[in-house]
Amino acid sequence: MESDGLHLSIDYVGSSGVMLSPESKAALQTSLVILQNENKFNRVYFWGKILGVKDDYFIAQGVYKDEFAGRKTFYSKDCIHWGLLPPATAEMKEKSKLAKGRFTGDPSYEFEHVETKKVGEGEEATEEEETTIVKEEDRLSSVIAEIDDDVRIVPRGAFVQVPTAEVVINRSFEGLSVQEAAKLCNYMHFREAKRLDLKTLLQRANMDKAIDFMDSVEDDVPRGSWSLQFERGSGLLTLRSLQWPGYAFFHIPATHKYGSVYFGTGEKNQDLPFML
Amino acid sequence: MAEAEAEAGGVPTPAPENISGKEKEFQKAKSYLLTASTNTGINLYDHLSRVLGKILDERPDNVVDIFEDVSKDAKRTKFTSDVDTVQDKVDRSTEVALAQVQRKLFTKGGEEGEDDIAQDEEVETPLPNIMELCFFFEQAGIGLNREEMIRVWLALKSLVDNYPLQHVRFWGKIFGTEQNYYIAEVEYREGDEEEEEEEEPEEAQDDEVPEKEVDEDADEEEVEEDDTPKPDFKPPPTVPKEENRTGANKKTYFVCNDPGKPWVKLPLVQPNQISVARQVKKFLTGRLDAAVVSYPPFPGNEANYLRAQIARISAGTHISPLNFYQFDEEEEEEEEAEGRDHFVENIDFEGIPVRDLADPSLANWVHHVQHILPQGRCSWWNPVQKNEDDFEDEDEEEEREEPDEPEPETGPALLTPLAEDEEIGAMPAWTPALSSNLVPQFAIAVMHSNLWPGAHAFAFEKKFENIYVGYGHKYKSDNYSPPAPPPIQEEYSSGPEITETEDPTPEEEAALRAAQQEAAEAAEEMEEAEEEDDDDD
Repeated sequence: MESDGLHLSIDYVGSSGVMLSPESKAALQTSLVILQNENKFNRVYFWGKILGVKDDYFIAQGVYKDEFAGRKTFYSKDCIHWGLLPPATAEMKEKSKLAKGRFTGDPSYEFEHVETKKVGEGEEATEEEETTIVKEEDRLSSVIAEIDDDVRIVPRGAFVQVPTAEVVINRSFEGLSVQEAAKLCNYMHFREAKRLDLKTLLQRANMDKAIDFMDSVEDDVPRGSWSLQFERGSGLLTLRSLQWPGYAFFHIPATHKYGSVYFGTGEKNQDLPFML
Repeated sequence: MAEAEAEAGGVPTPAPENISGKEKEFQKAKSYLLTASTNTGINLYDHLSRVLGKILDERPDNVVDIFEDVSKDAKRTKFTSDVDTVQDKVDRSTEVALAQVQRKLFTKGGEEGEDDIAQDEEVETPLPNIMELCFFFEQAGIGLNREEMIRVWLALKSLVDNYPLQHVRFWGKIFGTEQNYYIAEVEYREGDEEEEEEEEPEEAQDDEVPEKEVDEDADEEEVEEDDTPKPDFKPPPTVPKEENRTGANKKTYFVCNDPGKPWVKLPLVQPNQISVARQVKKFLTGRLDAAVVSYPPFPGNEANYLRAQIARISAGTHISPLNFYQFDEEEEEEEEAEGRDHFVENIDFEGIPVRDLADPSLANWVHHVQHILPQGRCSWWNPVQKNEDDFEDEDEEEEREEPDEPEPETGPALLTPLAEDEEIGAMPAWTPALSSNLVPQFAIAVMHSNLWPGAHAFAFEKKFENIYVGYGHKYKSDNYSPPAPPPIQEEYSSGPEITETEDPTPEEEAALRAAQQEAAEAAEEMEEAEEEDDDDD
């Protein structure tokens, strides 16, 4: 969700239980402007809030011209002081999957994961305990990266890939029509494409290279992991991810207004197959 | 523009004879640009002049970046007629339809407007002041939009107008995959409820009738062939549901999918529904009649599942500041034995300082909804007592199982402080917070439930309220795993009576036959001998 106009866009996802108190709303509008200015970002997105047991994390992301590359993530506990999160590496992601339970609200908290391993063979085998320590800050960074990878979506056509391979906002995007907005195939994962090669030649022939450079949400597994609803009749479209409960996306058909936000505990819904 | 077009579109003027080479080139280029496409019938000259005209009219920034799009747009609009032939067609989009439904909420009922307003102000209404509560929730950053709340409020008002209600509350919102539920918690006025309730007992009877029929059928079959083995398994007695206005059915719940759409009353909750709902984890769809496909099978449809979840959430998360409610002292003595379930508002309640309410010790908050026992009821029901009615059954059962009085299930009593709530792993069940750290002297105390994510409460001076906005699922630190299916039935213990014997060999058969013959002969001889004896006598 773009930081300018945050006070308006946040109301569109209010029906998904996403609320900011007037105090944090006001604080965000002040601090995000400063954040943008200090880091010379082209634009700043309010990413959402991760609820901890004792305290919550507010997350913001800044981008330069290319929306894909060089995205930086910041977190704050009071909406004013922003700290840069380390980019999530593959190792951090692997490790943070071991951490169980909710976030505590203290970035320096360390989750401990004990794994018993068998050393040696046969009768000489002895059990050894191996402790992995996961710092909450690292876990936060990898969870955000994972959510971005799994569910961050944009309407089709909102971004174009220019011949220099940069991804920029499509100035001529006029929004999806109501009929188009009701189809999941018109929403794209905002990440580097992973599944485009799986499409048949026939399907790829009809693609517009400038627009269809991302994966469509339609092929997500399991089917039904998105809850698509029209609110206010057809005046407001809401997409909620059931895989990451708390992720809400809105789009007002036939306008260029869209945005998404995550307000949740930062835990993936592993039980999804049982719940549909 | 128009002139240019007219000129371009018109018949080219005949070329004068004395033209220079440059002009000739120009003429050639222009006539090339004027060549109409065989596919679309437009030519580039017209198109460019239209595009450039549009750009000069609108003057967008950095036009070169979006030139292609402007050009595309111009082509696209070329063939659309300006005259809207469907102008008079009635727009039946869902947006309009919903707006028309909701317009009723915003219009006053009667024609005589002013009298109504005067009356409305006089009559005491059970309608809560939702906007005030909404204000507090907003401070805490929970709940719903202000605009949405107004709609809910008006919808509650229509609920109050249509039913004889004593107490109304906005319970919360539960998300479904297709639609959402707005839930109102109500209490009927004493006595007015029975008329409404008449339908339900009938339904209950309907449920029972088929069972009886089945039993009779079974009996008939048994009479015909008495060989049919009768299973000695007796299903455990079903726990009876709690009466209206008691226990888990203390409050009645209405739901609707959108404020303004009709309110639907949810059925009373059955104990077995609660116990199955505890074992399953399903997303709601938003359709009350949808089937709940789960293992173990859920008894009922989504309306029952929703009702069971509401009962569980209410029991787990409805909290109030300490001493806001107190037990009625008159009733206290009678009910001491079986646990008190009635309380009254404490008139002397002075309010607890916000600092104390937000204290992590949680000692200043209490549950004001009864705990639901593992049985699925708030008050324990003894499953053995039923057997005393029919003596035959009792004898049989006594042989099989020990006639021990089952241990009564107990849970925390009403108005137990939150401090006694069980922890979830190492995590406290509640997270207290202040709505503002910058101006703490005017902040309100907020409680977030960790056990039921989405359940919140606030308290400020003498006001408090609970709300739930979420998916209706309990938090578990471990992943959900469905209960294992029951163990497979054991094989019939093999004994001589079911062991197949080996076929006799021909020799054995012959020997047997010989033996039989001998025996028969011997018997004949005996008979003859006896006859002879008889004759002798």
